[in-house]
Amino acid sequence: MNSPLAEPAIAEAGLAPAVLEGRGLSYAHAGVGTIFDGVSLTVRRREIVALLGSSGCGKSTLLRVLAGLEKPVAGEVCFLGDALAEPHPRSALVFQQPSLLPWLNLAGNVGFGLDFVHQPKAAKAELAERVSAAIEAVGLAGREAAYPSQLSGGMAQRAALARALARQPELLFADEPFSALDAITRAEMQALLVDVVHRWHSAVLLVTHDIDEAILVADRIVLMGGRPGRLVQEWTVDIPHPREDFPEAVSALRLAILAALRHSCQ
Amino acid sequence: MRVVNLLLPLTGLLAAALLWAVGAGWLASHTPVAASFAPLPAFEALSQLLQGRDLWIHVGISLQRVGIGLVIALVLGIPLGVLTGLSKWFSRSTTPLFQFARMISPLSWMPLAVMVLGVGDAPVYFLLAFAAVWPILLNTASGVAQLDPNWLLLARSLSATRRETILRVILPGITAHILTGVRLAIGIIWIVLVPAEMLGVSAGLGYFILDSRDRLAYSDLMAAILVIGFLGYLLDHAARSLHRRWLHA
Repeated sequence: MNSPLAEPAIAEAGLAPAVLEGRGLSYAHAGVGTIFDGVSLTVRRREIVALLGSSGCGKSTLLRVLAGLEKPVAGEVCFLGDALAEPHPRSALVFQQPSLLPWLNLAGNVGFGLDFVHQPKAAKAELAERVSAAIEAVGLAGREAAYPSQLSGGMAQRAALARALARQPELLFADEPFSALDAITRAEMQALLVDVVHRWHSAVLLVTHDIDEAILVADRIVLMGGRPGRLVQEWTVDIPHPREDFPEAVSALRLAILAALRHSCQ
Repeated sequence: MRVVNLLLPLTGLLAAALLWAVGAGWLASHTPVAASFAPLPAFEALSQLLQGRDLWIHVGISLQRVGIGLVIALVLGIPLGVLTGLSKWFSRSTTPLFQFARMISPLSWMPLAVMVLGVGDAPVYFLLAFAAVWPILLNTASGVAQLDPNWLLLARSLSATRRETILRVILPGITAHILTGVRLAIGIIWIVLVPAEMLGVSAGLGYFILDSRDRLAYSDLMAAILVIGFLGYLLDHAARSLHRRWLHA
């Protein structure tokens, strides 16, 4: 793990250029009505932002809009300064389920799509290099030939993370990536996520309903709530990693978030 | 356990042969010519036929028709199934038509097929393909409908073209379903094949059945029935093991 000193001082600087900027975003779905309204959210370079909210508050939909998978009814999304109309090649997605392709082995899954026509061109050798570096980083070296059915749940989610890393993303969108895992594996994966995104210099937008996960992983926590959803409050987390070593600061933040949650429900 | 596994099916087959012998005997007591329907003459005829060339030619032609009918059904059924699974609009406008057409026995098309396509192999191919296309189409469509939505999301997040999405995600993702369709299609084709070969063709197992009847060679006819059952069993077995092998990979 990174020592507290190696921690990039992004949160307090606030000067790092924005990777992702959503401005005045609203989204409505026929039959469901307005899901969120007037949401603005910025993710800066190498910053881990946790979008925290209860189930069904619209945070996953907001992630899909920010990732360019859904069009907002109002507002706009900019990725690296350009208006986003479809998923950007320098972004990657991790879902709650690993969603590995069962007919490809681990190496095939991690490298999947790198050769698609709309992806940045790269030599075959370089792509293979990126795939093996990503597999190595998530601790699955030596399992390249294994098929998804032969991997445990935790290993499959590591593979899904490696698949995202292999794309060298400027920004990683993660939608409840660890909520299907057992508590011990989840803690491992949270530490791994912080470690690899720092090494890969990626920013992360992590959607979660787990307060502890948000506190342990994020540089900034944004609370979403209400109906239609809006951003209620945000906190900058300047507790050094690993945060398990600073229980007072963690529990103070935890209480502050719980209090805000109670307010937003009233 | 193993002995029982082998013994029970064998007992069933032997019991059927016994019933066959009793039935043929009873029939022969009324109509003496029916004696040649009995198991013993049938197996004698079978051994004769297996040593000759004719039966093999008929079997070869029939199997070739199965293959061609299946290929036509695949070429039509897979794209239509993909389209049905992908497009709600297409699915809604075709589902009643497909369910309607599926329930028409393919053999009802026989007179029309012969009129349009002429006498010969073409109407047989048409009937076989028409019979086999439905299970392939419907299984392909349900395979597309059951695709993991995250796979498609993954493809979209990789800015996959439509062609890449189909070739790299959808087709491999539905192969197990397609193989289920193929297994059902082979079963249907094999059942439709024999009556389809009874009209307008001069070779094949269906033709051989009618020819044996016309020659009053009833033991040959029973031998052909045994061959049809055995080949059908083998085809189904082959399709099953193909399905299993893909799922293991």
